[in-house]
Amino acid sequence: MRNHALRPFLVIIGMVVVIMAIRLIIVPADFGTGDRGYMYGWHRAGNEAEWKAFAVKYKFNDEYCRDCHFENYDAINQSPHVIVKCENCHGPAYDHPASPPKLEIDKSRQQCLRCHASLPYHSSDRANIKGIDPDDHHPDMECSMCHNPHNPVSGESK
Amino acid sequence: MMTRRDFLKGVFGSLVGVALPVAALEIANPNKLYAQKASTRWVFLVDTYKCVGCGLCVKSCKLENEIPYDANITRTWVERYVITKDGKMFADTPKGARDGFALSKIALGQNRYHDIRNEDIKKAFFVPKLCNQCENPPCVQVCPVGATYQTSDGIVLVDRKWCIGCGYCIMACPYGVRFFHPVHKVAEKCNFCYHRISNGMNPACVDACPFGARMIGNIRNPDDPIANIILTKRVGVLKEEYGTKPQVYYIGLDKEVR
Repeated sequence: MRNHALRPFLVIIGMVVVIMAIRLIIVPADFGTGDRGYMYGWHRAGNEAEWKAFAVKYKFNDEYCRDCHFENYDAINQSPHVIVKCENCHGPAYDHPASPPKLEIDKSRQQCLRCHASLPYHSSDRANIKGIDPDDHHPDMECSMCHNPHNPVSGESK
Repeated sequence: MMTRRDFLKGVFGSLVGVALPVAALEIANPNKLYAQKASTRWVFLVDTYKCVGCGLCVKSCKLENEIPYDANITRTWVERYVITKDGKMFADTPKGARDGFALSKIALGQNRYHDIRNEDIKKAFFVPKLCNQCENPPCVQVCPVGATYQTSDGIVLVDRKWCIGCGYCIMACPYGVRFFHPVHKVAEKCNFCYHRISNGMNPACVDACPFGARMIGNIRNPDDPIANIILTKRVGVLKEEYGTKPQVYYIGLDKEVR
């Protein structure tokens, strides 16, 4: 094969070898088709474990809160607000009480108005919730100044 | 020169060849068989009758999944639909309903609002939206680098180390659930809280909902109560005509919902 085509041919072979070598280095060993095949499963397998190890913030476990805050736990359990989880107002627990030692309570009007701003939408359950007109009902006050969120029906304000 | 015998042989041979399904020639693939037998396929169920539009799901999702709280991006959101007696349809989702719906007027964007009198409302309701974890996810097909993919339990994930941020997947999703993460500079989407469901917990939005409007189940588990509702009750999905086979099912879906 002693002709003019040989040298460019070798150059091309060389380029292919270099590209394959670079690919070998930068593409991780666990990259390939997953259980969903080439069309939907072409990925780096290690990423699944990375997502599984993502930090959990919300415990959403009322027993966890009850261990210390049993008074509030018992109070809210006897009120219609039992369906609202502790962390919905008190924020995600993370590793409370170790870190953070204190949770920030959302006492904003907005938090209460999520459900209690009156919207008469009879094709949804919203119409069945007692609501107020936020512009009309003591617009400058925090709701918790008069209403006890842990016992909104019969409880006194805290 | 071709004899009649050779000609008939040839015709018969090629007919058999054409009729033979391509699948019959496929070499047995144990990986494929394993995938078909996967014990988990996550599915989601939304009861729109129970949703009151409080947006606690959106709030908890943004905090759980580290989505910048004040940026107008979110993995899940709640839409409000108001249909008036003269047949007009209004829909809005201010800040993705992160703070719920405190106003009766419809947000049109850019601080403009449309007032609707209560007596003019024919029907009004809320529809939570999230990733449909499609069985045929178009967002995965368009990814040029293999950064987004589907796991064997049906969840579509984004590899943050591998994504180049080209945005093809954001364009390809017919449901508009994907967005660009301003901190990580990659495509971002709902993954049913993969870190929670893989460790025996519910997604944050499911637990945050006070009314039980959001539910998650495993369609491959015959004892799963949520799977049984999907399989035996009347449920709908969004944009079925796209052929994406979405796996978020809705109770009480209206024709106005898109």
